[in-house]
Amino acid sequence: MTVIVIAGGLSHERDISLRSGRRVTAALREAGHEVIETDVNADLLPLIEQHPDAVVVPVLHGGLGEDGALREVLELMEVPFVGSTGDASRRTFDKSIATPTVAAAGVATPKQVSLPQAIFKELGARRIMAGLGRHIGFPMVVKPAQSGSALGVGMVADAAALPGALVAAYAYGGVAVIEEFVEGTEVAVTVVDEGEGPTALPAVEIHPASGGMYDYEARYTAGATRFITPARLPDEVLARVAEAAVVAHRALGLRHLSRMDIIVRPDGTPVFIEGNVAPGMTETSLAPLAFEAAGRSIADVLGKLVGLAR
Amino acid sequence: MSIERHDTRLDRFVDNYAERTNGMRVSAVRALFAVANRPEIVSLAGGMPNIEDLGLQAIADNVSRLIRDHGAKVMQYGSGQGEPEIRERICEVMALESILAHPDDICVTAGSQQGLDLVTRVFCDPGDVILAESPSYVGALGTFLSYQCEVVHVPSDEHGISPAALRETIARLQADGKRIKFLYTIPNFSNPSGLTQPMQRRREVIDACNDGGVMVVEDNPYGLLTLETLPQPAMRAIDPEVIYLGSFSKIFAPGFRVGWVLAPHGVREKLTLAQESATLCPPVFSQFAIADYLEHYDWQKQIVAFRDMYRGRRDAMLEELADAMPDGVSWTQPKGGFFVWLTMPEGLDSQAMLPRGVNARVAYVPGAAFYADGQGAANMRLSYCFPTAERIREGVRRLAGMIRSELEVHEIFGTDFRHPQGSHVPGPSPDLS
Repeated sequence: MTVIVIAGGLSHERDISLRSGRRVTAALREAGHEVIETDVNADLLPLIEQHPDAVVVPVLHGGLGEDGALREVLELMEVPFVGSTGDASRRTFDKSIATPTVAAAGVATPKQVSLPQAIFKELGARRIMAGLGRHIGFPMVVKPAQSGSALGVGMVADAAALPGALVAAYAYGGVAVIEEFVEGTEVAVTVVDEGEGPTALPAVEIHPASGGMYDYEARYTAGATRFITPARLPDEVLARVAEAAVVAHRALGLRHLSRMDIIVRPDGTPVFIEGNVAPGMTETSLAPLAFEAAGRSIADVLGKLVGLAR
Repeated sequence: MSIERHDTRLDRFVDNYAERTNGMRVSAVRALFAVANRPEIVSLAGGMPNIEDLGLQAIADNVSRLIRDHGAKVMQYGSGQGEPEIRERICEVMALESILAHPDDICVTAGSQQGLDLVTRVFCDPGDVILAESPSYVGALGTFLSYQCEVVHVPSDEHGISPAALRETIARLQADGKRIKFLYTIPNFSNPSGLTQPMQRRREVIDACNDGGVMVVEDNPYGLLTLETLPQPAMRAIDPEVIYLGSFSKIFAPGFRVGWVLAPHGVREKLTLAQESATLCPPVFSQFAIADYLEHYDWQKQIVAFRDMYRGRRDAMLEELADAMPDGVSWTQPKGGFFVWLTMPEGLDSQAMLPRGVNARVAYVPGAAFYADGQGAANMRLSYCFPTAERIREGVRRLAGMIRSELEVHEIFGTDFRHPQGSHVPGPSPDLS
């Protein structure tokens, strides 16, 4: 079967997407597919038209790939593709929408406020920042509402650090989310639905060697983070984590494949941090570790999802 | 039932690396440069020469003839010092900047970047001090740091490195018991500042170093790409003890990876031995191809054509900067080379702004990359060498809009902001060279 892998794009995560795309391409070739690797540009739709029987695998991180825009177009063109619909992707990619959606489904989420940059200009920043300090409390986490790979994410220890963190987050986009800092064990849960309902793969526990945040360097420097799969949590907690991931996947209306980033509080409560419709597939990414722990591989899982999308 | 856990850092050799690799990590800054290659982005970041105007057909014919007539020689191993044919030609090139040299004192390298590596390797131990201009070439800083050297920036003014500050710095460091191995300087159209040391300044810098017993390493990739006057005599022309780094990357083409070091006899012998342990010999085919180009092509006329082309691009950048930039932004006025050094109002951080640049579809290199000590936050390097004049104007307009937006954000939040993740030195890469 012909598969068109789309990687690259014009987002802040282009480099990661290209790396993921190369691995997915190699894996699908290993699975016996004829694979065409392409970027997002004016040649994309003519290429898809030339291969009417092809299945598309978007491996785009950030921007058009995750905000639903490209997937909406694929749906419009009635092109089969692996992964979630445009509507569900948009819901998931925007943290200010995803968090309340998952909370409404009964999964614990951090206290969150979502604010556009413009409101600070209109109303004055000082009082709003003071309100954030009172409502969310310190330490808090500031993130761009639409971004991945921890880009623009800042941990804010006190009121003095808040303006800088907001400026950093707004460099990526016009809306930021400000969340309470959740202390606990950081895990990533990959959810796969191969036609029989979403299933959580073993949770991957994350420990940056620096002892600090699981930031961009910790994510993409081999050796900079320790991963333990399955996470060292009691069985009943692991079951709750898996259930929370599946509930979040369903609540967001996702399909085929997702990754849920969760922090497990010391009392065992899984707290949803964010969802990913295009989990990274690089050499240091989390989903391939989960595949491996489940006795699977990128070739195996994506190969099956390609067949399902067809 | 016991569960088998997989515990990994995804690199089983992670505890085996040498200490000098500690700074070698991926960074979000480097990753953001991945978008600079997209056509939607106007990249004012890369230092790539524009070689589209080279006579490619003539070069192809010459290379073809070279293989046909001398293939068995030009594709064989060669001398660790470099082939005599090209060393003689290199002397002719250097004569344009008043350097009188003997081919025996030249060590050919894989680009001047390797020359820099070899010089650092043969002179520096961990903890040694290297003096550099403020700011200095990012690729050199990466090399110095990889040899675990301490880089100390010497304050500069509009004529480059300040002799008074240089004397003071040398005295202070030596009083502290530090071992200063050399001053690294780019006297012509410096990367990144675009500034040039006048003749008197060159003499003063050399005198200050000689008085302090400090060697001078002169890196001169841009000297022949002067846009207003004839080339000045190199520092090596003033003092034959100066170690001189030259390159064909900007006056011909970087893909051949051929540069050279001109050094006193004793140093050259050490460099040749170091070269042999690193690569056995510099790229032989490239050396013959360039020697052939220099023999059969009017390369000096080509340099004049390059000057005309780069002059048009520089003028476009300077004109648009004057038209578009908000108050409080200043920039250098290069008289040659590839770069303009831009200074924003204090408090702005060009590295933290880089994502805004991606959103605005324009790329530049943050100033912090050109310092080893965290300076340069309010600066950025802009290149006019690769995009067309029209694209340069568009890029500067986008950049000006981006800086205005950033100023507004800082006004809103009242911030004197520094990037929370600190500065990252991107390290040498073709895009940043």
